[in-house]
Amino acid sequence: MIEETTKNASTFVSQVDSTFVFIFGVSLFFLFAITIFMVYYIIRYRKSKNPVATQIEGNNTLEVIWTVIPTILVLIMFFYGWSGWKNQKEIPDDAMPIKAVARMWSFSFQYENGQITDTLIVPINQPINLDLIAQDVLHSMYIPAFRVKQDMVPGRQANIWFESEKEGEYEIFCAEYCGLRHSYMKSVVKVISQEAFEEWNKVDSTLLQSDNPEVAIRLAAKGIFRKYGCIACHTSDGSKLVGPSYKNILSRKRIVVTEDGNEVEVTPDLDYIKRSIYEPNAEVVKGYDKGLMISYKDQITDEEIDQLMLYFESISETETSNE
Amino acid sequence: MSQQEKTSSHVSFRDYKGKYKGLLAWILSTDHKRVGMLYLYSIITFFITGVCLGIAMKLELIAPGKTVMDPATYNAIFTLHGVIMIFLVVVPGLPAVFGNFMLPIMIGAKDVAFPKLNLLSWWVYIFGAIIALSSLFMAGGPPDTGWTFYAPYSFKTNTNMLPAVLGAFILGFSSILTGINFIVTIHRLRAPGMTWFKMPLFPWTLYGTSWIQILATPIVGITLLMIVGERLLNIGFFDPALGGDPILYQHLFWIYSHPAVYIMILPAMGAISEIIPTFANKSIFGYKAIVISTLAIAFVGYFVWGHHMFTSGMSGTALYTFSFLTFLVAIPSAIKVFNWVSTLHKASIQLETPFFWAASFLFVFMIGGLSGLALGALSVNVHLHDTAFVVAHFHFIVFGGVGFAFMGAIHYWFPKIWGRMYNARLATTGWIMFFIGFNTLYLPMFFLGISGMPRRYYDYVERFHGPNIVSTIGSWVLFIGLFVIIFNLIRSAKKGPIAPKNPWGGKTLEWTVDSPPTLENFEEIPVVEKGPYDYS
Repeated sequence: MIEETTKNASTFVSQVDSTFVFIFGVSLFFLFAITIFMVYYIIRYRKSKNPVATQIEGNNTLEVIWTVIPTILVLIMFFYGWSGWKNQKEIPDDAMPIKAVARMWSFSFQYENGQITDTLIVPINQPINLDLIAQDVLHSMYIPAFRVKQDMVPGRQANIWFESEKEGEYEIFCAEYCGLRHSYMKSVVKVISQEAFEEWNKVDSTLLQSDNPEVAIRLAAKGIFRKYGCIACHTSDGSKLVGPSYKNILSRKRIVVTEDGNEVEVTPDLDYIKRSIYEPNAEVVKGYDKGLMISYKDQITDEEIDQLMLYFESISETETSNE
Repeated sequence: MSQQEKTSSHVSFRDYKGKYKGLLAWILSTDHKRVGMLYLYSIITFFITGVCLGIAMKLELIAPGKTVMDPATYNAIFTLHGVIMIFLVVVPGLPAVFGNFMLPIMIGAKDVAFPKLNLLSWWVYIFGAIIALSSLFMAGGPPDTGWTFYAPYSFKTNTNMLPAVLGAFILGFSSILTGINFIVTIHRLRAPGMTWFKMPLFPWTLYGTSWIQILATPIVGITLLMIVGERLLNIGFFDPALGGDPILYQHLFWIYSHPAVYIMILPAMGAISEIIPTFANKSIFGYKAIVISTLAIAFVGYFVWGHHMFTSGMSGTALYTFSFLTFLVAIPSAIKVFNWVSTLHKASIQLETPFFWAASFLFVFMIGGLSGLALGALSVNVHLHDTAFVVAHFHFIVFGGVGFAFMGAIHYWFPKIWGRMYNARLATTGWIMFFIGFNTLYLPMFFLGISGMPRRYYDYVERFHGPNIVSTIGSWVLFIGLFVIIFNLIRSAKKGPIAPKNPWGGKTLEWTVDSPPTLENFEEIPVVEKGPYDYS
């Protein structure tokens, strides 16, 4: 707050910050005034200086004064806080709708033309209306530079809107505790010029094409990972996050724990991959926690599954090894 | 012990020989003073545990990335820190320790109204604590949900959240039993002549607190039972996957947990209202205004829980109603502060450690309260909610307010409880270190929150690094100060010089009885004719 970098980052900044500065100023004044009085009294009326106290039971006029003045001040604060918040609630009709999806532990953004990204890209001077969707637990969309925050509650509809007045990149944090990797659940909002946005929005990154088939497979998979936030929990370099890595996914046998607690060895194939995406908790690789991944059955398409398989085949060694 | 020179009718409650010996003489005693001591020792044990967890968290946050522990451990530690500090330390806190010990003496009674119920509430407390902490030793480990147990994450985690929830449920009963006991004691056992407005302010605040305890605690009880029902029987109250509503959980949780803040802070205000007139040698300024503001806080405090949920998606009407009421509850607190400071006007102040704690209480409590104004304003709250600012705010109230008052109270009543004086120089040194450490620890968190660092973060981006370093260093200074204080108190309880009946020149009834008091406190029930702070 009150930093040069976030000045005019959104249209709310000046109003929120001035309310804060007003409250902060009044608070600071009272803190210092009362502390100075207190310290002065302690020094002036310490026992060695003032051996006999003057007994004063109270003073009704003073009680009335120091009830009325704080009452007036807090009512002003209430009013400022309320009027600033009202602006945040009234979404302009011309706001551009973007769907913001949160799940443990990533955000993704879906634009009207179907394009999906993991960073939020918006044009400057254009009201944006974020449709907030939480797929598993509570999350909270927090863009500190814009002074906006809204909890994302599974099964509930919520929106926030903002209009940025300054190009740049601003942090998005998840502000509602959502489990193991809560502090890593973040993203970026990029505010770009209207022209740049139109140019960018023409291309659908999930359909990126390349003449080199290997590159094309990789790009397609990358688009899918982004779209569904897979990389929040799974890496491609073999390091362990919350879920197993993709590295050599098809050439590593693994022990899985089924729902009734049995341990079974499986060799990953198309069926296994599908099961793991559709019913992630039916078979959980030993050593990993159950219940963290949601089912993507109604979201992911068959075509995307095929693209994923092509990618997995391309990154797996031909020899099957034991994990 | 040291009291041999006294005649048999003056045997201190500590030396009194009853039916049982040794440890049993304590854990089966229905003497309100022994029950108070049992609470004191258990609460201090849990408090030190909670402090160590807090120090570990701050150590992890000294640098971005992994410093000393992995995220799963960090999440479990902040949950345990919250559960222990809130449910085992601060909520029982002053009422259970000083309320039990001092309330009957201050109103001129021999014991609380239901001594056996009083002992039972300690046993229930210990039982609840054991259940709550048992998760530490079970497969799956302690819960990682935060002390708020927000649904639906609390239903998804594989850690043991049920024992913690059940523990909190059982602890609620302890709280309710103590509340009932105090209300009846205050209504029925005041000494002859002690009308309501001749009652000291600490009992007054205990009275307000007790009403909150018995009216608000059942709600969290029901809520926690609903969680058990949902987790074990799959009844869909809160989990949207079962058709429940996570926001309902938040409402029920805060309907209790917000008034709980007043359970914590009211007795702290009461203790301060005792310490200030005693060391100022002067009657308290605006006695009635303080009483009325106590009751006003207890009452309005019920209706402000929604300010914990400004960004959760409530209706607009609910939002501004809660914001408005939140601002209203600030007024009685302000009135108290004005009255306390005015008491010092033309006083004759003894500069002793309890007074330093009381004066510094005013300072940190003002910071805590004033930062609450920023959080009460809707538009500002949206930015600051769930950030380090909120963490700083409530630590200034709960650790600054309640903690400082507790420290003041333990030094103030130390001669009465143990019959000995503490080393004043060491006590003051401990206080200075604690005060400096405390402010160094929590003030930077206001800046972190303002610049957007969310709470419950294991890791953070580089721009939050500086204030986090300062904050961690503050935690070390505070820890050393705390060590000095505790060391001094333990040593003085054994070796300090014998305390007279009334070392500070207090006017309330506890200063008319022996130090330490005898089993039944008074040889003869006193007749009260003057107000509680009559120094004329």
